[in-house]
Amino acid sequence: MKNTLSSRRFIIMGIIITVGIIYIIRLLFLQVFDDSYAQLANRNALRFVTQYPARGLIYDRKGELLVYNELVYDLMVIPRQVKNLDTALLCELVGIDKEQFLTRMKKAVTYSSYAPSSFEKQISKEDFGPIQEKLYMFPGFYAQSRTLRYYPHAVASHVLGYVGEVNENMIKKNPYYKKGDYIGMSGMEKYYEEILRGTKGSKITLVDVHNREKGSFQNGKYDTASIAGSNLYSSIDLQLQLYAEKLMANKRGSIVAIEPSTGEILCFVSAPFYDPNMLVGRVRGNNYMKLLHDISKPLFNRALMAEYPPGSIFKVAQAMIALDMGVIYPDTGFPCDKSLVGCHNHPSASNVRDAIKMSCNPYFYRVYQKIIQQKDPTTQKVESKYGLSIWDEAMYKLGFGKRLGIDLPDSKSGFIPDTSFYNRYYKGGGWNFFTIYSNSIGQGEVGVIPLQMANFAAIVANRGWYITPHLVRYYGDENLKKRNTQYVKKNFSMIPQSYWNLAVEGMWGVVHEGGGTARRAMIEDIAVCGKTGTAQNVGADHSVFICFAPKDNPKIAISVYVENAAGGGGTWAAPIASLLVEKYIRGEVLRKEMEETYINAAPCQSLPLRRYVQKSESD
Amino acid sequence: MERRERGLLENIDWTTILTYLALVFIGWISIYSAVYDEAHKSILDLDARYGKQLIWIGVSLLIALFILVIDPKFFSQTSYLWYGIFIVMLLAVLAVGSETKGAKSWFGVGDFGIQPSEFAKATTALALAKILSGIDVDMKNLRTKFAAITIVAIPMLLVLLQNDTGSALVFFVFVLVLFREGLSLSVLIFGAAMAILFVLSLVINPYVLIGILFVITIIIWRLNRKRKLSIWLCLGLFVFAAGVVLSVEYVYDNALESHQKDRIEVLLGQKSDPKGVEYNVNQSKIAIGSGGFFGKGFLKGTQTKYNFVPEQDTDFIFCTIGEEWGFVGSVFVIGLYLYLMVRLIKMAERQRSKFSRVYGYCVTSILFAHFTINIGMTIGLLPVIGIPLPFISYGGSSLMAFTLLLFIFVRQDASRMDLV
Repeated sequence: MKNTLSSRRFIIMGIIITVGIIYIIRLLFLQVFDDSYAQLANRNALRFVTQYPARGLIYDRKGELLVYNELVYDLMVIPRQVKNLDTALLCELVGIDKEQFLTRMKKAVTYSSYAPSSFEKQISKEDFGPIQEKLYMFPGFYAQSRTLRYYPHAVASHVLGYVGEVNENMIKKNPYYKKGDYIGMSGMEKYYEEILRGTKGSKITLVDVHNREKGSFQNGKYDTASIAGSNLYSSIDLQLQLYAEKLMANKRGSIVAIEPSTGEILCFVSAPFYDPNMLVGRVRGNNYMKLLHDISKPLFNRALMAEYPPGSIFKVAQAMIALDMGVIYPDTGFPCDKSLVGCHNHPSASNVRDAIKMSCNPYFYRVYQKIIQQKDPTTQKVESKYGLSIWDEAMYKLGFGKRLGIDLPDSKSGFIPDTSFYNRYYKGGGWNFFTIYSNSIGQGEVGVIPLQMANFAAIVANRGWYITPHLVRYYGDENLKKRNTQYVKKNFSMIPQSYWNLAVEGMWGVVHEGGGTARRAMIEDIAVCGKTGTAQNVGADHSVFICFAPKDNPKIAISVYVENAAGGGGTWAAPIASLLVEKYIRGEVLRKEMEETYINAAPCQSLPLRRYVQKSESD
Repeated sequence: MERRERGLLENIDWTTILTYLALVFIGWISIYSAVYDEAHKSILDLDARYGKQLIWIGVSLLIALFILVIDPKFFSQTSYLWYGIFIVMLLAVLAVGSETKGAKSWFGVGDFGIQPSEFAKATTALALAKILSGIDVDMKNLRTKFAAITIVAIPMLLVLLQNDTGSALVFFVFVLVLFREGLSLSVLIFGAAMAILFVLSLVINPYVLIGILFVITIIIWRLNRKRKLSIWLCLGLFVFAAGVVLSVEYVYDNALESHQKDRIEVLLGQKSDPKGVEYNVNQSKIAIGSGGFFGKGFLKGTQTKYNFVPEQDTDFIFCTIGEEWGFVGSVFVIGLYLYLMVRLIKMAERQRSKFSRVYGYCVTSILFAHFTINIGMTIGLLPVIGIPLPFISYGGSSLMAFTLLLFIFVRQDASRMDLV
């Protein structure tokens, strides 16, 4: 009996050892076979803190700072650590009332009692001073610095663009970006995002269960430093840009000025514009909505996206194309036959130069007729289809009807109608010269963006070629600037220089000779060559002017477009362009009275509903 | 006197003492690692938990030494007295004790507290050994059974009243001692069957389960037809089992507290609550699992040190071992326990005195219960039941009580050659 009971020890040992073996097998699975626990442990204890690089700065062509980063402070709170808080004092310093304080604290607690959340965002350096002094009195609160974009001159909003937080879509498209990152949303900030942004770094810290930092992971072995973004050295001339914006202050429209020999954009205005600082920091949300719903569409970049009828400035291009095709000659004359198309009173033009100078509508009606009604060399029949197609090709070469490739996002291409368009437009192809003749004088179906107009002025200034207009000359470090080699190629029109000289002479006449339409653009000592346009549209006429100066060795080519400013190109756009030319070439404007007149003038009449306005709404 | 001293040193089971010291040392450095803080590195800092544990270790070693030098008969002679004292203590703690984590089981004196229930296990072991070593004791005898069960049940109920379910559960393990002393194997099997039935009734729909039981009953009856197994016995067992199944739900809903039910449901996979009830177990598994084969190294554990694991120096101390010493360390510690328990059984079997033998089995059983419940909980095999890991977990009462428990037996063993 005793022995039987004694042998029961083996059963008890068996039970004990069985439990031990089960536990060892379990540990084998937990610790050796399954490595997901190691990852879970890392997810628990490692925090990847992004090190944000400083975004590149943007300078003007003379080294003036256009955009820089300013330190702002986020006041962070860890609710759990808040003790003996002098609520009244804190509220006073931050500038909130007690109710706001309570809602914010509640929100922070809802998020986490242990982890920091922002209590007040983006406090400026000035405002933060007094808070900083007393911060020691508020345990649980601390400051976290970050940088925001600032614009010392509040200028060139449409060129520079703005920076904003990435949204879900952007994160999906490009995994570089993480929630809370900033990205260029428009303008140069968007186009040069990859150059400006630099490279993010990352720091791995150990945290405890309450999210408190406990030091670096393996002494920073896996940390990476951030690399600051590169600066942009733009071609914008700050003084000219400021002056152009001053001139456009009370108007709608645009100004684009280009240095013809390089294609560098000197100033770029879309009016109405806004202070780029409005879209920075805490105020962005409200301001953005305000700008978005403004009926004059200040967010809409007219210089790049408004496809306007070019009006009479188009005639210069028509003349060059017709001469090149050999359908007219330099001394071809057409009578000013007002039965074809309306015109103002002037003597008939007996050559191309005078036709440009006097901007004769019937003359260019005939010129366009000659272009369109050409014999197709393959069929030997006169067909508008053929004429239109070779006219299209010639127009594209002059930078119309296609995207120029400026270093800004979202440029429109303008519109040069082609045969397929007219086949669709006039169902069944019932179209010919007589249905499309309005194109001859820059009306009808053609659409041109102001940038293309300025570019065309540059082509005339260069007597036949252009370098794609662009905004950035150099990028990189102050001491290690790299040339922007994207824009060095000359695009030739393939039209002989002698024809261009006729255009130059005609445009000189526009400003300097009796019968010219832009006598107001004349400047003492500076030979300005220009061409006016008066673009008819649903509302009051647009006032258009392109010019370059000086006539020989031109330094600047400009397009000015003033919307719905009843009165021709000579009335508004020409004098504005003239003031800009004087400002740029002379460095100062001597015609003070004229300057004042046009700065204060507000010629634009109330806005009719237009195609692009509706379009921009859906953008 | 001199002869006896030499005899004592020769007869002491040194391997047991070495194993004990190893476990205590592992506990101490694990506590140091679990609450390690760059700012307070000194392992001797008496303000920190590892410093306090060092004091407890010192006190425990003094107790051990004291036990080794006194007359071994002292304990067998005074066992009822100690048992009585601690029953009174358990009653007193219910009246005037302080509450920690929902259990009213402490006598608090400043920072230090004493937990009578830890010692009550040892005194119950003494009393059980005493009563079973009496003359005319036979486990087949109903009176013996009743007496033994009463001895165990009284402290168990009192601990249960303190709301310390974990410690109360430990008292069930004395069934192993009774088994060794002659309790029928069928009781053990019956107990195991009830436990399985309990778990199954929680997992499976009761009516389906009853159906399955019926089928099993029929099969058993058919297979045993030749042995003329009474159909009535089979049916009787079936009706009893069905009754158990149907009552489990009622007992479960009414007798258990909601946090206990949650812990069981989480373990059975019926409930998912990673931030709440499941959190402890999940974090514990993550800590142990992330240790890998060789562990992260001493003081390199992130999960335990940074408080992802709750109670990382007391009930969940095994996590620190698993994370920092890996599979190798965990198996080493489990090995030490298994070695100690098997060793204690062997020692118990070599006793000439029945008191010593029963007491030896009591010690083994109590260690086994703590080992099983505690480690089973940290590796997610058992529901969360808060009881310490013997010799390793932080805590004065626990360490002193286990030292007392073990060394009384070591002392008995050392004088096993003496005349009974």
